Amino acid sequence: MANYKLMPPLGEGDIRKLKVGDTVTIGGVVFGIRDATQIRIFDQGVEPPVDLRGSVCLHTAPNVKKEGNHYVPICVGTTTSTRMDRFTPGLLERYGVRAIIGKGGLLEGSVRAMQQFGACYLAIVGGAAALETTQIEAIEEVYWEDLMPECIWRFRVKDLGPLTVAIDSHGGNLYAEVKIEARKRLESLLQELGVPNAKK
Amino acid sequence: MDNIDYGVVRDTAKELYIQALKILPPDVKAALQRAYEAETQPGAKKILSIMIENVKVAEAKDLMVCQDTGIPIYKVRIGSKIQVDGTKIEQAIREGCQRATLDHPFRSSICDPMTRKTTADSTGVRIPVVDFSFLPDADYLEIRMMPKGSGSENMTWMKMLLPSDGISGIKKFVLECILDAGGQGCPPTIVGVGIGGTAEMCVKLAKEAIFRPVGTANPDPQIAALETELRQAINKSGIGPMGLGGDTTALAVHIESAHTHITMNPVAVNSQCWRGERSSARIYNNGKVEIGF
Repeated sequence: MANYKLMPPLGEGDIRKLKVGDTVTIGGVVFGIRDATQIRIFDQGVEPPVDLRGSVCLHTAPNVKKEGNHYVPICVGTTTSTRMDRFTPGLLERYGVRAIIGKGGLLEGSVRAMQQFGACYLAIVGGAAALETTQIEAIEEVYWEDLMPECIWRFRVKDLGPLTVAIDSHGGNLYAEVKIEARKRLESLLQELGVPNAKK
Repeated sequence: MDNIDYGVVRDTAKELYIQALKILPPDVKAALQRAYEAETQPGAKKILSIMIENVKVAEAKDLMVCQDTGIPIYKVRIGSKIQVDGTKIEQAIREGCQRATLDHPFRSSICDPMTRKTTADSTGVRIPVVDFSFLPDADYLEIRMMPKGSGSENMTWMKMLLPSDGISGIKKFVLECILDAGGQGCPPTIVGVGIGGTAEMCVKLAKEAIFRPVGTANPDPQIAALETELRQAINKSGIGPMGLGGDTTALAVHIESAHTHITMNPVAVNSQCWRGERSSARIYNNGKVEIGF
């Protein structure tokens, strides 16, 4: 398992070398997006006002404070990705996003899209937002402020991570591996608990 | 005559919200440390170390532990030796909740379920959740607070099992819920289980269970044994911290129960993420306020 430092914009080669279990830190620009952002893009058909090609997107709706014309981060953390699963193939295919940072993982359709378009899912430690906030250097730009706090956020980050490659561009999915193993163990666990007909 | 100052209730409600978002209870910190020490998988150990470091960074830099300000829940217990106006307490808590959000400031996570429009101050129709109950022989008002994060709240299940499903059915249901959740809900979680009651009471019991400090057992020895059994089984699932594999999937399993109907066997699961955020206060009839966890 290797450690990588990535600086977006990323090309396909940057992603294809990553394997499930590797760790990654990110420097430079990361875009924050969330449910409402992607509902606007995909369900309402509004083009995003920023080029996301080669970008890394973080599933977040941060706590911020406005100072003059600028937003200052108070707390930037990561939300559960599964809710936004259905938008992911579109982000990769239409807008060329290369990596999604989130927690909780994505479903099979997104895993296939990551394989097809050369993208990956980077797992952050959910709830560890204090640490994450200290890795955000600045909020450089905010698009679609009317969706506050679910705008498109352009963050400048320093050593964001460590992030675990949990879904790679080769069909690898650490969440699924763990779940399949847990399912295999379920029957014997139920037997230990004295549950009759555990096989059903 | 009322002998509790509602201004104090308001300020305490504000303080409890902010404290819960920034400082974790000592029992949760100790449980994370134990999990870290016992963990055998390197990836999981790293994740647990990041969680522990994050808690320290939040305290040292006065930051919120997590960005999710949650749905604010206040559980109020009125001591029998005090006299209060419940409507004024509810109003004071609402104002405290608003002030915490606007003065700190932090993100309001509350929206209208029809329009999805967000409110600015963490309140809305029937939010904050304010729940009243009573304490015999107490000369204080107790307020327990939890900013309930959505990651774990979205991992909630309720089922009306059959009496013939018995305790076995309850065990199977709880285990399957945890497996379905996988990495969602930010494990290692505090798993709250409600058994018995009516449907809505059962879910409320599961929520009451996650308010209990980690390391406390249900006073009924049979239920306490079930808590231990379920915790051990869940931790053998291998789901691990953040669902990426490991030895700790639950920091604790807490069960709360009520009697139920002879034809019913309700069970509910409501989890709290690894942060176990909560705070509590006692406001005495002499004006003294004690704030804790």
